[in-house]
Amino acid sequence: MALRDTSSLHQLKSPKRDLDTQPPDSSMEEESDTRKINNSFLRDHNYATEADIISTVEFNSSGELLATGDKGGRVVVFQREQESKSQSQRRGEYNVYSTFQSHEPEFDYLKSLEIEEKINKIKWLPQQNAAYFLLSTNDKTVKLWKISERDKRPEGYNLKDEDGRIRDPSTITSLRVPVLQPMDLMVEATARRVFSNAHTYHINSISVNSDHQTYISTDDLQVNLWNLEITNRSFNIVDIKPANMEELTEVITSAEFHPQQCHTFAYSSSKGSIRLCDMRQAALCDRHCKYFEEPEDPSTRSFFSEIISSISDVKFSHNGRYLMTRDYLTVKVWDLQMENKPLETYQVHDYLRGKLCSLYENDCIFDKFECVWNGSDSVIMTGSYNNFFRMFDRNTKRDVTLEASRENSKPRAILKPRKVCIGGKRRKDEISVDSLDFSKKILHTTWHPHENIIAVAATNNLYIFQDKVN
Amino acid sequence: MFAKGTKRKFSDPGEEPALGAELGPVVRPLSSTYSLQRQSLLDMSLIKLQLCHMLVEPNLCRSVLIANTVRQIQEEMTQDGTWQIMTQALAAAQCPADRLVATEVLCRPSEALAAAQKEEEEEEVVVAAAMEEDVDSEANPLSSSSFLPAPFGAEPGWEDEEDDSEDEDSEECPSDAEDVPDSRRGDQVFGTFEIKHPAPPPDPALEELFSDVDPSYYDLDTVLTGMQSTPKMGPYDLLDSLSPHAAPALSTGTSCRSDLNELDHIMEIIS
Repeated sequence: MALRDTSSLHQLKSPKRDLDTQPPDSSMEEESDTRKINNSFLRDHNYATEADIISTVEFNSSGELLATGDKGGRVVVFQREQESKSQSQRRGEYNVYSTFQSHEPEFDYLKSLEIEEKINKIKWLPQQNAAYFLLSTNDKTVKLWKISERDKRPEGYNLKDEDGRIRDPSTITSLRVPVLQPMDLMVEATARRVFSNAHTYHINSISVNSDHQTYISTDDLQVNLWNLEITNRSFNIVDIKPANMEELTEVITSAEFHPQQCHTFAYSSSKGSIRLCDMRQAALCDRHCKYFEEPEDPSTRSFFSEIISSISDVKFSHNGRYLMTRDYLTVKVWDLQMENKPLETYQVHDYLRGKLCSLYENDCIFDKFECVWNGSDSVIMTGSYNNFFRMFDRNTKRDVTLEASRENSKPRAILKPRKVCIGGKRRKDEISVDSLDFSKKILHTTWHPHENIIAVAATNNLYIFQDKVN
Repeated sequence: MFAKGTKRKFSDPGEEPALGAELGPVVRPLSSTYSLQRQSLLDMSLIKLQLCHMLVEPNLCRSVLIANTVRQIQEEMTQDGTWQIMTQALAAAQCPADRLVATEVLCRPSEALAAAQKEEEEEEVVVAAAMEEDVDSEANPLSSSSFLPAPFGAEPGWEDEEDDSEDEDSEECPSDAEDVPDSRRGDQVFGTFEIKHPAPPPDPALEELFSDVDPSYYDLDTVLTGMQSTPKMGPYDLLDSLSPHAAPALSTGTSCRSDLNELDHIMEIIS
């Protein structure tokens, strides 16, 4: 994928960094070393704390805005700079637009436990007026935020003076018409709705419906349907909680609405299956209308089979024909018309298959990697370890491993594909499986809805890459 | 080293484990390697579940996946008969701690020998730590008295919980509390933990070290049940679940330590 990093850091104080990466039509091309280096912006950013770790990243439907959420409960919104002919180099960079504290840590006195402020997911609502709306959620509570601009303020009130104090009526001798005066642009974020008290377990995903009026929030055992205007009531549409919790062997890991059919949604499970439900059939969608599952291959069966088949993310393609699922080692594309096996299976990091035991021991095997489609559903992207992320071209069947790291990517440089060597001799530029850094994981990525611009969250850094523009 | 102990356990359930003497290199057939790996996976999983148990709201997905793994192993072991042997051994109050097979053995079976030797050294360190702790405890009577029932009865709660679980599964664990009176003090070998424990009896430190795991710890149903009922726990149940015998699991996990710190913090608030 031809990509260029246009900006980088999540934190407000961060400098901007620009990495040019690849020529536009060289999708997934192997390399090019015409690096135009501009590292004047580089600074040291090793002061990040746990709260700065990015926990979700999402483009809005136009791609003009990009939102990140972090473990500290903050949401940072980036806006794409308007194109200017004088500075073609800086075209389309993303700069910080708004930052606000979406969730605060809370204490549940009934259960005597702290509710983390970490933002689990952000979803943008389709834009309907000048303001932008997004939903953000932590483990328990979903909030609807309005982000709006203000660049004028009213001046010349009759009853109040400039500081807002009420004027003595006796001093008012003439009447005037208040006017709007231009002022510096201000971006305000206001919480418009708070949807709480509907989830006993941890919310893992939210999804806005194509009817633009409802959304679903999903926890380990339930899916709830909300109206965006109503905060005191939600409808439970899926509940897989057994009467006896000791019999629990499966949880819901993610759910999403169909992009066009407002009555259809899909949810994935820890047993590696996906269920498609139709809300027209019954109020409670306990019975699915389609069930996607691949039969287990007995030759690769092990004690870890179930764990690695647990689905960490499910995404409909933009055209609504396919479902993409991510499990620990693979990404699969399913045709909605074929339930018994996936249409395509891509290996993300198959070299880890022999290391599952260590990954179980250090809990990495439970990492929840997400996956995304590009705008035309022809390329898919997902993360891996060692700050690597992978792209798969569905048409050419070519794949590439790229790295999001400050050390290895210079501003406006072209990303060099990385290769992991599997046993045997390690060639130059290759990295051996044993030297992968499992603490540097890329779990969250997002793809611009129309262009080849991607955002990759690597711990506390946000990297934005785009096709090289000539 | 631990691996060796495991083997002995199964073949000679009645033998008193003199672990220090058993640490020689072993050449093991493939099937034995497999059962060893399976055993260590089971141990690791039980430890993880135990840690989940300590949290009020564990990551449910992770807990369920681990519990399913344990079930799967249990099923397989039941089929080939090893599960019964193991539970019998546990019921007889054999020291199960030595079955906490080092994961080096599990992950790199070919290097088991090297790992065993390495662990032999490590063991000495651990034992030294345990003895140090002994000295501390004796020197400071307060540290042992702090183990006495807390004002709100948290400590008796632990006992109750375990008694309950034993009642439920009396088949597998006919008796343990009496046979292994000192069974819940495994964590004292890990000097880093804040929780205080009573002074150990004057037994040889080695035996102390490896007789520390409560058989109920290996009681699968209890572990599973405990894990899955946690979302409904009340504030005091949280304290109940802070059972000291879970601490051996903490040897490797730094996050667990923070969990303990959190619990300490909560206890401070409540008391």
